[in-house]
Amino acid sequence: MFFSEEVTCRHGGETLTACYQCGTCASSCPVARLDSRFNPREVLNLALLGEKDEILSGDAIWLCTSCFNCQERCPQNVEIAELIFALRNIAIEAGNSPNIYADFGGALIADGRIVAISKFVEKKREEFGLPPLKPVGVEDLNKILEATGFTKPEKTEASK
Amino acid sequence: MKSYAIFLGCTIPARQPNYELSARKTLEKLGVELVDLDNFTCCCPAPIQSINLESSQAVAAYNICLAEEAGLDIVALCNGCFESLAMANAALKKDKKLKAHINEVLAKVGKEFKGTIEVKNFLQVLMDDIGLEKIKEKVTKPLSSLKVAPFYGCHSLRPSKLLQLDDPERPQIFENLLEALGAEPLEYRNKLKCCGGLLKGISDDTALELAREKLANTSKAGADCISTLCPFCFVALDIGQIQVKGKFQEIYDLPILHYSELLALALGVAPEELALRSHKIKADKVLEKIA
Repeated sequence: MFFSEEVTCRHGGETLTACYQCGTCASSCPVARLDSRFNPREVLNLALLGEKDEILSGDAIWLCTSCFNCQERCPQNVEIAELIFALRNIAIEAGNSPNIYADFGGALIADGRIVAISKFVEKKREEFGLPPLKPVGVEDLNKILEATGFTKPEKTEASK
Repeated sequence: MKSYAIFLGCTIPARQPNYELSARKTLEKLGVELVDLDNFTCCCPAPIQSINLESSQAVAAYNICLAEEAGLDIVALCNGCFESLAMANAALKKDKKLKAHINEVLAKVGKEFKGTIEVKNFLQVLMDDIGLEKIKEKVTKPLSSLKVAPFYGCHSLRPSKLLQLDDPERPQIFENLLEALGAEPLEYRNKLKCCGGLLKGISDDTALELAREKLANTSKAGADCISTLCPFCFVALDIGQIQVKGKFQEIYDLPILHYSELLALALGVAPEELALRSHKIKADKVLEKIA
C-alpha cells in the first residue's frame, strides 16, 4: 500500500490528500519559525510523496505543539494537527518515539492518570481544604485501551 | 442552581491546588454546584493522542458517559481536558458512524455514548450560567488599575469548529470577563500563539523560547500579570521565568494568575485562602496593586 493510503485510512489521517502545499500551515506555525527541523507543510509533503522512513525516523513529527493554528487556517480543511497524531501513532507502532511517551503510556496504564498523585499531594489537599480525590476507573480504561489496540511505547537507547 | 460534574484531570490535582481551590470557591460563591464523580480517568490529551488517537477518543467518550449517567454537564478546568472531552463530544454527536464504532468499544465496559450533555470550560460556565452583569454585581474588590494580559492557550479555542468557545482569531470572552472584574485586558503581540508547554521533554529549548517570547511581549505591553486558563500554560510561564532567568539572565518578575484566582480576589476571597504560595513568581505585586 502506498504510504499516503496507509495514512488516509487511519483515524485522524483521512484528510491528507486534500493538501495542495500552499504553506498557510507553515506560516501559522509557532515552531517552524524557531526550529528548522519542523515545518508542517514539509511533513505533509513527505507523507504525500511516500517518504515513510524519513517521517518515522526523523525528529519533525515530534516537534508539533498541537496548537491547531495550522488546522484552523487550512484553506483545504486538512486536519493537520490530527494528521500529525496519526503519523505519530504509526511511528509508535513501528517502535520510534521520544522516550517521554513511554512514561506517559506507562502512567496511563498503571494509574489511569498521566501525572501521579503522591501521598504528599493527598496530604496537601487536605491542608488546603480540598475534598479527597475520587477513585479512578483504571480497570475500565485498560479494557478500552486493549479494545482499541493501544501499544505502550517502549524506551529506546537511541532516543533521548 | 446549576450543577456540574467537575473534571479535574491529572495535572491540577497533582500540581496546582491554587487552580482547583480558586475554581471551587468562586463557582460556589456564584451559585454553581460542583459534583465530584467516581471513576473519571485521564482525559487522554495530546501526549496520549500521539500514542493512539482512537484509544484517546474512546476514553474521552467513557468519561462523558459517566457524566451522562449522572445527568450532569461537565466543567473542565484544564484546557487539555476541555479540548479532549469537548472534541470527542462534538465529533461523536456529529458523526453517527464514529459514534457507532466508539460505542462498540464502550460496550466492553458497559457504557454507551448518548450525546446528552455539554462539556464546558470555566469561562463558558461563567458566561452562560452566570453572566457578566451578575458577576459585576458580585465583585466587592474591583481589580481597577490592574493591567492583565489574557492568555487563552491553544486548547480553549482550537479547533474552533468542535470547541466553539469563541472566534479563534479574535476572541473576546476572556477580555469581557476580565473587564467585569474591573481589570484592564491588554492586547499584545502573538497573543494567540502557543506557550510551548507540550514540547517540554521533547525539545526543551524550543519550548522555553516560546514561553520567553510570551513573557517579553506581555511585559512590553505593560502587563502587571498574565492570566491563564490552563495548568500547562501556567507552568510554562511561571516556572518558565526561573528557567529564562537561568539561561538568558532575563528577569520579568511577572506573576501568572489563573482567571479563577483573579475572580476569587475580586469576589473578596482573602488571598490567604487561595494557595498563592504555590506560585513560583509570587503574586505580591498584584495584591499590592489591588489592595
